[in-house]
Amino acid sequence: MHIEEQFDFPPVDRDALLAGLGRIVAASGLLHRPEELRPYECDGLAAYRRVPLAVVLPETVEQVQAVLRLCHEMNVPVVARGAGTGLSGGALPFEQGILLSLAKFNRILEIDADNRTARVQPGVRNLAISEAVEHLGLYYAPDPSSQIACSIGGNVAENAGGLHCLKYGLTVHNVFEVTLVTIDGELTSLGGAGLDGPGLDLLAAIVGSEGMLGVIVEVRVKLTPKPRVAKVIMAAYDDVGRAGETVGAIIAEGIIPGGLEMMDQLSTRAAEDFVHAGYATDAAAILLCELDGTAEEVDEQIEQVREICARFDAIDLRLARDDAERARFWAGRKAAFPAVGRISPDYYCMDGTIPRAQLPMVLEQIARLSAESGLRVANVFHAGDGNLHPLILFDANNEGELEKAEQVGGTILELCVAAGGTITGEHGVGMEKINQMCVQFNELEREQFHALKAAFDPRGLLNPGKAVPTLHRCAEFGKLHVHRGEMPFPDLPRF
Amino acid sequence: MNDPDISQQLQDRVRSAAAEGRALQIRGGGSKAFYGRDVDGGGEPLDLSEHRGIVNYAPTELVISARGGTPLAELEAALAEKGQMLPFEPPHFGAATIGGALACGLSGPRRPWGGALRDHVLGTRLLNGRGECLRFGGEVIKNVAGYDVSRLLTGSLGVLGAVLEVSVKVLPAAAREVTLVQQCDAAEAIRRCSEWSRQPLPLSGLAWDAGQLQIRLSGASAGVAAAIGQIGGEQRDDNDWWLALREQRLDFFAGDAPLWRLSVAPACALDDLPGDWLLDWGGAQRWLRSEAPAERIRAAAAALGGHATLFRGGERSGEVFQPLDPLKARLHKSIKAAFDPKGIFNPGKLYADL
Repeated sequence: MHIEEQFDFPPVDRDALLAGLGRIVAASGLLHRPEELRPYECDGLAAYRRVPLAVVLPETVEQVQAVLRLCHEMNVPVVARGAGTGLSGGALPFEQGILLSLAKFNRILEIDADNRTARVQPGVRNLAISEAVEHLGLYYAPDPSSQIACSIGGNVAENAGGLHCLKYGLTVHNVFEVTLVTIDGELTSLGGAGLDGPGLDLLAAIVGSEGMLGVIVEVRVKLTPKPRVAKVIMAAYDDVGRAGETVGAIIAEGIIPGGLEMMDQLSTRAAEDFVHAGYATDAAAILLCELDGTAEEVDEQIEQVREICARFDAIDLRLARDDAERARFWAGRKAAFPAVGRISPDYYCMDGTIPRAQLPMVLEQIARLSAESGLRVANVFHAGDGNLHPLILFDANNEGELEKAEQVGGTILELCVAAGGTITGEHGVGMEKINQMCVQFNELEREQFHALKAAFDPRGLLNPGKAVPTLHRCAEFGKLHVHRGEMPFPDLPRF
Repeated sequence: MNDPDISQQLQDRVRSAAAEGRALQIRGGGSKAFYGRDVDGGGEPLDLSEHRGIVNYAPTELVISARGGTPLAELEAALAEKGQMLPFEPPHFGAATIGGALACGLSGPRRPWGGALRDHVLGTRLLNGRGECLRFGGEVIKNVAGYDVSRLLTGSLGVLGAVLEVSVKVLPAAAREVTLVQQCDAAEAIRRCSEWSRQPLPLSGLAWDAGQLQIRLSGASAGVAAAIGQIGGEQRDDNDWWLALREQRLDFFAGDAPLWRLSVAPACALDDLPGDWLLDWGGAQRWLRSEAPAERIRAAAAALGGHATLFRGGERSGEVFQPLDPLKARLHKSIKAAFDPKGIFNPGKLYADL
């Protein structure tokens, strides 16, 4: 994919910039030699790489303010970066700009058990919060699969989800307050110590804004009481559609499982080979359904779910006998991406969301695209909330395969939009899905996004070229894209 | 259904108002017209109550979409038929519409556990100040494409535009719901609420009024039964008290004394402001009837990490919402300009200069 785009930022006086930054941060917090910059050239989406002018690692909020003030004065673009685990290229550097790493902001500032909140710096790892409050019987609910490594600041920027968000929500539901530095170096807090803040809900605008509106320097997260009991059922099906119908039936019965995940045969087999989770590898699909709450509640619901799975012809039904087996069932799911990585030199992970009822149709179309392109596609599905992760397997060493994988991926995302869904459920648009934004939103809607961005960042210095495509880019994409005057999937009903 | 889609007429009205720079006062059911600042004149009314009807309801997808003027009561009846509910339990205060509920952003007693209205908004269709019809978000639960404009609109009191359609996440209604009542003072109530909230209990309401702590439990029958045993208190199987709380029909809300809403960290001690208190949301939403000066009440709320709103009564031509720091005030103005450059929608309703 072409990731280059013309921006009319004035040329940067590199020496003056480095001198200015050097007056703000310690020498160890300013990287500018090529070998120092190389590790920062990409985030979790390694297909896209760019080297920034410099990497700055401030240690105090005042330094962040001073760095942004300087960049604002000198018209230098700024890309903020957390742990760099993002999958959409949101932290891909900009050549004429600096990369602002929040890695040194790694302290938990306050744990308030009475109010069930914690104040943390943005570089704190997601899982570290839960570990720090475990002794209180509390945890931080959103659990993206990368939770051992990803940082809370990045989670806020991307509105990260996880395996339990149907019941416990996304990042936006689990953050009460953020402290934000604007591009001109000013500081404010959005939200509050209570359940809402005054005025417009700017917190909602910041969560998931992909580093386009400001830099987050502190987060007050919600802590949730750990359920007393959690049990997981694994159900195997010889038909993907029946597994999908089971999900709808569970919800129709009034049950909201803590986790509800589906994997197709290719991903089940890869995961089984990798972590020996005990999956039924001859099944077309497996469903993992976790129920949590009080012991009485969970027992009642386990019986209901068993009965529903049987009604939809599950060929194998297993209740994890103990916590160790339950952990194994989940380990297979959490390791699904790396497991697929073992059976293919490269893979490309998609992140569409669809209304669940559309699943059989969408899977059928994906199978067709896979057959046409010759690229295998493994499907991992947050079935409860309709978030589908097709993993497209390819080998970048084969001429043209990366481009082919990108093309199949783009088509899958457009399929999700046509099915009434969205191009990204939790990974963000970043650089990766920038073209598909032209499909999901019309010109006026994209212009409204740009206007909102400009309200925070009039000069467009924060993360330029990401998240919302320019008119020019969409015009170019449109020319390439509409074949013979036809939209993709012309026969699908539009919602 | 034969409910009309009048978005074209509404769009024409907004376009001509924008062209002529005339202010518009957006109106749904009029049930919350008291909320926000008193604006003299405030422009000609833009009535959305005729733009109504449920557009899509898919129970197994946990989503319902309706035009802005759809009565909340109609939505709730459709959901109840399928054993579902609006998890944020919005107050009606009369003939409320879903668009009006979104613009006011208010949530009922279930909020700390079920989530706020803003937490459940999945998508909106907005008529902005340029008269453009825009769609943000959608009908799926997980969606991070583009800025979350739909949530930004929640509680904006119409200053960014008129909401033509709303999609919200819904949830199954609980199999069982009971209320327990305990006698205690406010300080003890705050302590008990904090202790229970730290535990995995099927709570759906914790409120204190007139020396009584009301505890609502919702969930699977077995789980609720176990929690009743743990918490204790006088058990009531009718839950009407919560409706009266949500609709502000309890004795506490009668009379003319200014009604303040304080949103604060739930476990903090009660401030010694003069007046009567009612605590909701396990202590996170505190109602105060008080003639104390606004500055004093706002300072007390800010000291507890929160903010105060003059909800009903009192002096409403000044600011009724907590004043903003200079940076936030500047951001409010630039965001307003981004959506409504001519300033035609509900001028002055949220803040005097917005």
